[in-house]
Amino acid sequence: MHGFANPARFLRLARWMMPLLLVSGLLLSMGAVLYGVLVVPPDRLMGETVRILFIHVPAAWLGMAGWSTIAIASLVELVWRHPLAAIAGRAAAVPGATFTAICLATGSIWARPTWGTWWVWDGRLTSFLILLFLYLGYIALSGAAQRDMAGGGGGSRITAIFGLVGAINIPIINRSVVWWNSLHQPPSITMGRSSIDGTFLWPLLIAAIGFSLVFGGVVLARMRTLLADIQAEARLRRKAMA
Amino acid sequence: MSSSTSGGIKPKHQRLVLLVIALVALVGAGLLAAYALSNQASYFYVPSDLVKDRPEEGRAIRLGGMVEKGSLKTRADGVTIDFVVGDGKARVPVRYTGITPDLFVEGSGVVAEGRMEGETFVADNLLAKHDEKYVPRQMGDMTAAQAKEVVAETK
Repeated sequence: MHGFANPARFLRLARWMMPLLLVSGLLLSMGAVLYGVLVVPPDRLMGETVRILFIHVPAAWLGMAGWSTIAIASLVELVWRHPLAAIAGRAAAVPGATFTAICLATGSIWARPTWGTWWVWDGRLTSFLILLFLYLGYIALSGAAQRDMAGGGGGSRITAIFGLVGAINIPIINRSVVWWNSLHQPPSITMGRSSIDGTFLWPLLIAAIGFSLVFGGVVLARMRTLLADIQAEARLRRKAMA
Repeated sequence: MSSSTSGGIKPKHQRLVLLVIALVALVGAGLLAAYALSNQASYFYVPSDLVKDRPEEGRAIRLGGMVEKGSLKTRADGVTIDFVVGDGKARVPVRYTGITPDLFVEGSGVVAEGRMEGETFVADNLLAKHDEKYVPRQMGDMTAAQAKEVVAETK
């Protein structure tokens, strides 16, 4: 468990994992999105707007996966006091928030021609907007905790508790279209069954894998940056003491 | 780092147990809240809700359901339409004046914003509800070559 407590070992691994994830992820996601935009036929009802699917759905998946990452990292930090866990949670916040914003924007663009409105306050859309606000709160809180670290405060633990409590929104987002009548359609892919035709499903799955790899690469890159920041600060502090 | 024992339990395990209890309480509270919200958080009423528990006339509500096949009729003025929204158990006649969204067709989902006037639901606004199915246009009964032609055409 504590094999990676030493950042040097983690950094050695991250150094070659990061470019690998980024390059393969960009190739897969760009290939799938281009295929989705240029090759895939229009939908029987939605027509050309169906192409937004290939960005919207992977972005939604990563918006939720990002907070799941934060929740797991928070749990590991609180229970095992693993030094890399706080950094992993902080690193996942900005890309997670970005994908959440992309999901909301593309969904809104899709909704205008499909439903006839940019936005409605139904269960799915509202809970996903709350997810974006949770991300912004988490980013602000972790930034404050980082500045607090010089004073030796417990701000990082408060951030982790916020990360865990916010995770309650993830099952609510997932179930919102089942529990409540909503304008957003119910899930298309459930337990190995899909009501999305294969023509759309395959590029969608590849786009989701590609976006996920990009997400992983960005998280690793941000973890490296945060670790370098901490090291540089510690060095400065040592110099100031001497 | 946390191998020291206090009262026979490792602090690590104590933290884990405490956290699991806190999480169970949190999830329980969240589920209870979601359950309590079940009616208020719904975006629209279905026809059987309206029939069972009639809202007072003139109150702004939303009605959601399927546009019954064969029920859609355009009036003489050309912009007012009448149709029936059903959910399999109950049916409500709807009147609407204005431009309908592209996806508004018989047999598909709709959410109407408006109010009850007598037995009729008068809508100010129509939203098309898309279902969870994604099917390419006319691909079902086509050969691969024909499908390719359609794709080339629609590009």
